[in-house]
Amino acid sequence: MRIENHPILEFKHGKKVGFTFEGEELSGYEGEPIAAALHDHGVQVLRYSIRHNRPRGFFCAIGHCSSCLMEVDGIPNVRVCTEPLAAGMVVRRQRGKGELR
Amino acid sequence: MIATPEVLIVGGGPAGLAAARETVGAGCDTVVLDDALEPGGQLVKQTHKFFGSEMEYAGVRGIKIPEILLREVSDSPKLKILLRTTASGYYEDGVVTAIFQDKKVLKFKPKKLIIATGAQEKTILFPNNDMPGVYGAGAVQTLMNVYGVAPGTRGLMIGAGNIGLIVSYQLRQAGIAVAAVVEALDRIGGYWVHASKIARLKIPILTRHTIIEALGEENVTGAIIAQIDDNWLPIPGTEREIECDFICLAVGLSPLSDLFRLAECEMVFVPEFGGDVPLRDTNMETSTKGIYVAGDVGGIEEASSAIIEGALAGISTAFSLGKNIPDYERRNRELRDELVSLRSGPVGEHIRSGIAKCRISAKTEVG
Repeated sequence: MRIENHPILEFKHGKKVGFTFEGEELSGYEGEPIAAALHDHGVQVLRYSIRHNRPRGFFCAIGHCSSCLMEVDGIPNVRVCTEPLAAGMVVRRQRGKGELR
Repeated sequence: MIATPEVLIVGGGPAGLAAARETVGAGCDTVVLDDALEPGGQLVKQTHKFFGSEMEYAGVRGIKIPEILLREVSDSPKLKILLRTTASGYYEDGVVTAIFQDKKVLKFKPKKLIIATGAQEKTILFPNNDMPGVYGAGAVQTLMNVYGVAPGTRGLMIGAGNIGLIVSYQLRQAGIAVAAVVEALDRIGGYWVHASKIARLKIPILTRHTIIEALGEENVTGAIIAQIDDNWLPIPGTEREIECDFICLAVGLSPLSDLFRLAECEMVFVPEFGGDVPLRDTNMETSTKGIYVAGDVGGIEEASSAIIEGALAGISTAFSLGKNIPDYERRNRELRDELVSLRSGPVGEHIRSGIAKCRISAKTEVG
């Protein structure tokens, strides 16, 4: 969900681009973290943990905690809280350690 | 190839940028490494106006400060800022390695190294604390203030320190409800100016309360909170359910001090500062000659003191490189006096106590 009409801030968004999440076509703004674009669409579960298969999401937003690792364009373990969104990206939930495709 | 700048600064937040302003201003070839998409560290989401004096931009909103810090030096050929670049190692020959945009390993052998890597958020233990929808308060700030995305519709804030209070207020500014602010202490830890804003918005601040568990299957659908007794244990019968779709943890920060450990700087655990920090002299130099510390990585404090520490580390570094700095001794003293003033009074008591535990006597004391 995007925040509209903020009393102090004006958001400088990049151009609108399309990407896919689990095969579904979504849109976001170029250059924003992939996690921000996913949150706009209500996607909170970003991966499932290695040992107990627990759902994990966004946590630190600075690329340190490893909670948000996803598969992006076939590459696993991408920190989507700091990875900028680009047109046509293929984003998938990561299960466990992920796989190289 | 190994790059050999005169000064390498790891971290482009308030401390790192203030240090760069000084080293570049004094004519040092300076490289700044930062892992984020843009410089400024946590300033990029601080929509509130700063306190203090003019030296640390009192009255200016945090989001404007990176631009001001960089204004004087951003056109200088002496300054290079590498973004999305993570310092990854320090080797015994003084080489710092960094991963550049996930593509390339860079190597630097600077004459002087300033480490200003900041801090990361702590978490606390409760069932489901790993569930999507349990966020660091700083992360929520980034999501809503930098990227304009709401973390949810109704949040529960854990922690009534300054971050918990400020982020609660900012959530309301963004049109997002805050069910309550929960605080384990018997008092509000943050400044009254922030607490009174929360009170005016009629958001309850529940002291002597804690979170018992987050509710939900795949994401947060609520939380159970309870009162705690003198031993910080939940009082049976006081549990109640809070309706919320996200939980913000504002339970403190911990210094990202790994690089100092790699560089074998002498470290000390300082509870007041949230973890292990390097010993430092009054010029911010650590026990390893030529390695300086500035900002939250040396002890959790505030952006205002990080700016002053950065400036102090910056001019000390430039001076030690033999650069001509007019009025060096006066400026050095002014910056140190400013830190003393920022840390004065009852609010600064724990900072003063922390500083006393990590001070080494200066090797080249000024004045």
